[in-house]
Amino acid sequence: MNEFPMTTTELIGTDPGWLIAVKALLVFAICVLLTLFSIWAERRVVARMQMRLGPNRVGKFGLLQSLADGVKLAFKEDLIPKAADKIVFVIAPLISVSVCFLAFAVIPMSGPVTMFGRQTAMQLTDFPVAVLYILAATSIGVYGIVLAGWSSGSTYPLLGGLRSSAQVISYEVAMGLSLVAVFIYSGSMSTSEIVASQDRFWYAVVLFPSFIIYVISMVGETNRAPFDLAEAEGELVGGFHTEYSSLKFALFFLAEYVNILAVSALATTLFLGGYRALPGLGFTESWLGGWFTMVWFFAKVLLFFFLFIWLRGTLPRLRYDQFMKFGWKVLIPASIAWIMIVATLRVLSAEGAPQIVIGGFTASMVLLVLAGTSIYERSKVRAEARAHEVPEMPEPTFPLPVMPSGRTSAAGILPTRSIEGGDGDE
Amino acid sequence: MNQLAFEVGQTATPEAVQFYILAPIAVLAALGILVVKKAVHAALLMAWIMITLAIFYIANGAAFLGVVQVVVYTGAVMMLFLFILMLVGVDSSDSLKENLKGVRPIAITASVGIALLLVSLISRASLGREAVGIEVMNSFGNVEGIASLLFTKYVWAFEFISALLITAAVGAMVLAHSQKSADAQKSQRVKSVARFRGESLGTAAGLPGSGVFARHNAVDVPALLPDGTPSELSVSKTLKARGDVIDGGKYALDQLPKANEADKDFEGR
Repeated sequence: MNEFPMTTTELIGTDPGWLIAVKALLVFAICVLLTLFSIWAERRVVARMQMRLGPNRVGKFGLLQSLADGVKLAFKEDLIPKAADKIVFVIAPLISVSVCFLAFAVIPMSGPVTMFGRQTAMQLTDFPVAVLYILAATSIGVYGIVLAGWSSGSTYPLLGGLRSSAQVISYEVAMGLSLVAVFIYSGSMSTSEIVASQDRFWYAVVLFPSFIIYVISMVGETNRAPFDLAEAEGELVGGFHTEYSSLKFALFFLAEYVNILAVSALATTLFLGGYRALPGLGFTESWLGGWFTMVWFFAKVLLFFFLFIWLRGTLPRLRYDQFMKFGWKVLIPASIAWIMIVATLRVLSAEGAPQIVIGGFTASMVLLVLAGTSIYERSKVRAEARAHEVPEMPEPTFPLPVMPSGRTSAAGILPTRSIEGGDGDE
Repeated sequence: MNQLAFEVGQTATPEAVQFYILAPIAVLAALGILVVKKAVHAALLMAWIMITLAIFYIANGAAFLGVVQVVVYTGAVMMLFLFILMLVGVDSSDSLKENLKGVRPIAITASVGIALLLVSLISRASLGREAVGIEVMNSFGNVEGIASLLFTKYVWAFEFISALLITAAVGAMVLAHSQKSADAQKSQRVKSVARFRGESLGTAAGLPGSGVFARHNAVDVPALLPDGTPSELSVSKTLKARGDVIDGGKYALDQLPKANEADKDFEGR
């Protein structure tokens, strides 16, 4: 980074208005194009996982399939149910789709580059609370789902909307907590500074538990399999968008995929070093005048996207109570405990505690976790045994079929005709 | 407020433009809360006002406060309000009928009194010292500035309030908690074993389907059991309650010849 002494914040702080407009347009175009591509990719990859071929007719390898589907959706009849609250029914998809793009404004997609003769970086804006801003954007996005469910004026969408928003809110807590460890380590909540602070090691390695919690909660947050309870077809028809058709449905579809890309991009930024190259390949960062860093960024984002597809192809859907219990009773307490440990370690090393104190603390924490989990396992086994105790009940007397020699008892109540027919084969 | 802003420094043009666009919208939304009929619409307008306030905070340099305003108030508090409004189903406009006599004058007096109190207090409020401006407060960074105040000068107030909030949350949970019925606590295995013991053995393979053994394959006709008697269990409770059930006795085995005649008569007509 010696040839670029300025930080990203300083770099993009001097952007003129027209450059910001160009970048905003670029970010939007990238999101939409990536959505089209990722829908196609998901269908193809899931098809392969299920021993099928997937869409391969429209364009080369079926690449234009999503475009064709989008055009088809746009030309479908746009229905608004009679019982719907018209204004809110129209506003809901607009909220969903406009909010989901907001997150990309603060994602650093490239290192310092030259664009139209100006030094800048492929990041629209940056501010000290950029990561919290992304959380704020997703929490507004929930409104789209809730309002869509409510305004449809029908039961299944309402239930689906409530379910999915309860899900997003619960998992956002776990997600926010998993980010805290990153803030503690990087000393900043600005996305570009978090990327810059990962020049020696990625947080996915250093803060591995945070990374795992984030990855789980990002799947819950985006309502994707195995956490796609909001659209559990067997229970809720289509969930919150049951009553939506045509372009409004397409907007929800777009919002879902942009959201997936947004959480993947955030995961890349916070845990996988953002646009930085893999360790040992740092020389690639200056290729193409720095533009090659975008390749790294999107490679990592698509890696996460592949994970989403893989989960969908592999895991069955969770039951709702299991899912909620997992979020509130496992993920959140675990991440709080982990934050405590990280904060203590951070303070210890900042205060210049001797190596033996830090080592001792770490070892005792590991022992504590091992002891805790083994006690939990044992109590779980005991609880399971208790739950499976069969209460005292009389042994069953099963009604047995009548033996041929004793058929008289059954024959008494059957109509005579059928008995004669039955006698024929004796 | 304007006075304060001028003391510290002139309002920048973009900020002024943003203010004159957003402020009327926020005021209109606030008035809308009073006017709209549906409770959900009012909640939405409220959320919109909160977002506008957040934009003001951010524009004034309080980025952390602005974002937290959206996350906490718009994202969590208002969302819970919406949940309750939707679940309780407060769709219909509130009734304007006065249920309790004599409440109206008291309500009007109380609200006017509180309004006067607030206006008189706020109008006389002063900082008590020279305003230094947000730049000075943010000199170590906005988040760091808030953090150092919260965790040093105001740490007791902060901790007391959080203890209060946690107590309230736990209290609400204790009050709202209902003991689960004994049936819900049984495991799936216990339930499936119990199904084959005792009373429920007779229907272990499921209740008889309606109309299957009868001459009618309709849901409103009870099935005939192998011994020729109609089974009341085979008809849906809802239909029974509605009285939409055909008398199964008429299709019992010993009544068959009569039923045949009746059907023939019906077809002949």
